[in-house]
Amino acid sequence: MATPQDISKPATTSEVAVGRRPVKTPRAAPVPEIMKQGPWVPWLYLLPALVVMAFFIVYPMINTIGLSFQNRDGTASAATTCRDGQPCWGVFENYRYALTDEFNTSSPGAFWNSFWSSSYGNTIKWIVVMVFGTVSVGLAFAVLADRVKYEALAKAILFMPMAISFVGAGVIWKFVYDYGTSQTQIGLLNAIITSLGGRPVAWLSTTPINTFMIVLVGIWIWSGFCMTILAAALKSVPDEILEAARVDGATEWTVFWKIMVPIILPTITVVVTTMVINVLKLFDLVYVMTGGNFETDVIANRMYTEMYKNFNVGRGTAVAVILVVAIIPFIYFNIKRFLEQEATR
Amino acid sequence: MNRDQINKLLNRIPTHLIIILTMLIWIVPTVGLLVTSLRPPEAVGSSGWWTVFAPQNAAAGPYATYCAECHGADGKALPQADLSNQELVAKYPRSLQLLAMLRQPINGQPHLGDRPLPGAQEAADIASFLRQGEQTQSQFTFNNYIDALVGYRGQNTYRVDCAAGTQPPDLRCNLSDILNPRGMGRAFVNSLFVTIPATILPILFAAFAGYAFAWLDFKGRFLLFALLVGLQVVPLQMTLVPISRFYAQVGLNGTFLGVWLFHTGFGMPYAIYLMRNFLGTLPRDLFESAYLDGASHWTAFRQLVIPLAMPAIASLGIFQFLWVWNDLLVSLVFLGGTTPVMTYQISNMVTSLGSGWQVLTAAAFLSMLLPMIVFFSLQRYFVRGMLAGAVKG
Repeated sequence: MATPQDISKPATTSEVAVGRRPVKTPRAAPVPEIMKQGPWVPWLYLLPALVVMAFFIVYPMINTIGLSFQNRDGTASAATTCRDGQPCWGVFENYRYALTDEFNTSSPGAFWNSFWSSSYGNTIKWIVVMVFGTVSVGLAFAVLADRVKYEALAKAILFMPMAISFVGAGVIWKFVYDYGTSQTQIGLLNAIITSLGGRPVAWLSTTPINTFMIVLVGIWIWSGFCMTILAAALKSVPDEILEAARVDGATEWTVFWKIMVPIILPTITVVVTTMVINVLKLFDLVYVMTGGNFETDVIANRMYTEMYKNFNVGRGTAVAVILVVAIIPFIYFNIKRFLEQEATR
Repeated sequence: MNRDQINKLLNRIPTHLIIILTMLIWIVPTVGLLVTSLRPPEAVGSSGWWTVFAPQNAAAGPYATYCAECHGADGKALPQADLSNQELVAKYPRSLQLLAMLRQPINGQPHLGDRPLPGAQEAADIASFLRQGEQTQSQFTFNNYIDALVGYRGQNTYRVDCAAGTQPPDLRCNLSDILNPRGMGRAFVNSLFVTIPATILPILFAAFAGYAFAWLDFKGRFLLFALLVGLQVVPLQMTLVPISRFYAQVGLNGTFLGVWLFHTGFGMPYAIYLMRNFLGTLPRDLFESAYLDGASHWTAFRQLVIPLAMPAIASLGIFQFLWVWNDLLVSLVFLGGTTPVMTYQISNMVTSLGSGWQVLTAAAFLSMLLPMIVFFSLQRYFVRGMLAGAVKG
C-alpha cells in the first residue's frame, strides 16, 4: 500500500492542466487558493463518523467502567452490595465477584480444578487450542493447496464457513455431535464411533471434552481466514529463494521451516493476535451450543449471562471491563504495528 | 511415463490425500444439514442423513442374508409365497408376527433350514423392507422449509394440519402466515431491514472520514487515526450495557433505528481504516489536477473518490453485510423477540424450544442462503477486504 507522494514534481500535473486550457490559466500553485477552505472543512467530513464513534464506542466504554463500580441496577455504590460475614472488596465488590466467585479456594487442588472449569480456564483453553488449530490448519493448507490443480476450489471450501453465522455453524455441529438413543445415532460423529464398535459419547455435556468440541467448531470456522491471509503472505515469498534452496538439496520440510516460516513470521504474528482477539470476544458459539452450561462458559458469555439473564448491571460490566483489560495488550500491539507500517509508507 | 514422473506422482499422493480429507471434513457437516432439512420428520429421527445415499442396501441387508436365497432378490421366486404380494406381507407387519411365522415348520422342515432365526432388530428390518412396496412416499420433502418459514410448531406438518383444519391458533393457513412472528419468513424480512441500512450507513460515513484522513490536512490527523486503529479491537461487550440503558430511556429498544446506529458506530473504525488506506493509494496527481480545474473537495469526493473507491466499497459492503446478517449478540440485546432476526430465531429454536432437527436444519439453511450467495459471487472482494484490514470488531 505504498503511496508515491513525490511532491517535488508538481510540474507534470500543472502541465496537464495547462495543456487543457492553454491560454488563460496562469501556472497555479499545486493546491489552488480555492481549495484552502476554512480549517473546519476536514472536520465536516469527519463529523458523522466521529459523532457515532464517540457516542457508541468512547462514551459507553467510560460509562461501563463507571457502572462496574455500582450495584445491580446502577443506582448505588457496589460496596452496598456486600453482606456481613462474606468477603468484601468494598467498591471493587463486583470485581471480587467476577474474579473469585467461580473458584473454590478451600485447597490448592480444588482451586486448580475449579480454575480449569471456570470461564477463565475455558477462555485460556479456547485461546491456546483455537489459535494453534486455526493457524496450523491455515498454514498447512495454504502451503499444500498451492501445489494442486484444484487450489481455488479447495480454498473456497475451507473459507466457506466464514460466510456462515456462528449460530448456523452451531446448529450444523450440534447435529454432528448429536447424542441419540441406544438404537440409532443420527449424529455423524457418534454413528462413526458406534459403527466402529465404540460407545456413543454425549459430546456437548461430557466435561472436559465438551469445551474442546466447541473449540473444534471455532477452528472449522476460522481456519479459512488464517489460510487466506497466510496464503497471500506465502505468495510474496520470492520463488528464486525457494528454488535456490531446493537446488541445493533442501527438503520441502526444511524449505518450509527455514525459509517460508521465517519470511512470513510477521504475518503469522498478526494472524495470531487477530485470532486471540476474536476468541476473547467469541460469544455466539458457546451460547448456541451449550449456553455456557456443563462447565463450558467463557468470559464473553458470562458477561451476557450476568447482564441479560441475571440482570446485574454492576457484575456484567465488571466482567466486560476484565475482558477489555485482557484485550488492551492487543490494542497496543495494533497501534504499534500501524505506526511501523506508516513509517515504511 | 518414466520413473521420475511416476515418483513425482507418488510423492504427491499424501498431499492430495490431506487436502481432500480436509475438504471433506469442511464440507460434509454442511451437506448433512442440507440433506436433513429435506427429509421427512420420521426419517430424520430414525436414521442418519447419510443413509439417503444407500437406502436400499441398508434395509436389504437382513433380507439378503435370510430370505433372498429361496424367495429371490425381489421376493417373487416362490409362486406359493410371493413376498412382493402386499396382501401376504400384511399378515406379519412387525418383527413379532414375522418371527412367529418363521418358527413354523414348512413341509415338516424348519422354515430356515439349519440357520438360526434372525434377531429382533433384523426381523424388524426385514419386515420394513417387505412393506416398502406400499410405502412409496418420497425420500425428500420441502415441508420442513414451509414449516420453518411460517413458524409451525406442531406434531405434523403445516400442510397436513391446514388440510385437516387443526393448525395452531397463530396460523391462518393463508399467505399471511409467511409473516408469522415466530417464523423464518418474517425473520428474513427483519434481517434484511436490519442489514441493508446497517451496511450502507457505515460505508457512507467511512467514505467521508476516509477522504478526510487520506487527502485533507488537519491538526491531529495522525493521532486521531492511530486512536481509531486501537478502537478497532474494542469488544462489543464493553459498550452494550450503557447503550441498552440509554435506548431503554429514549425508547429505542426493539427498534430498527437503534440497531442501525449501533452497527454504524461499531463498524466505523474498521471501515474508516480500510477506506483511508485504499484512498491513500489513489494517485496524488488525480486530485491535484481536479483541484486545478477548480473542483471543490465536495466535487472531488463525489466525482472522483466515490467512483474510484468502488472496489473498497464492495469489500467493505460484503464485510459489513455478513457481519450484521450473521450477528447474534446485538440483535439479541436490542431487538430480542419483539423483532426477531434470523440468527435470533434459530438460537431460540436451539436453546429453548427443542423443535425437531428437520425444522431447525431448514431454518439454519434458510439463514445461510443469502450470505452464501453473496460470498460465492463476490468472494474476490471479500478476500481483498480481509487482507487489507485483517481485524474486525
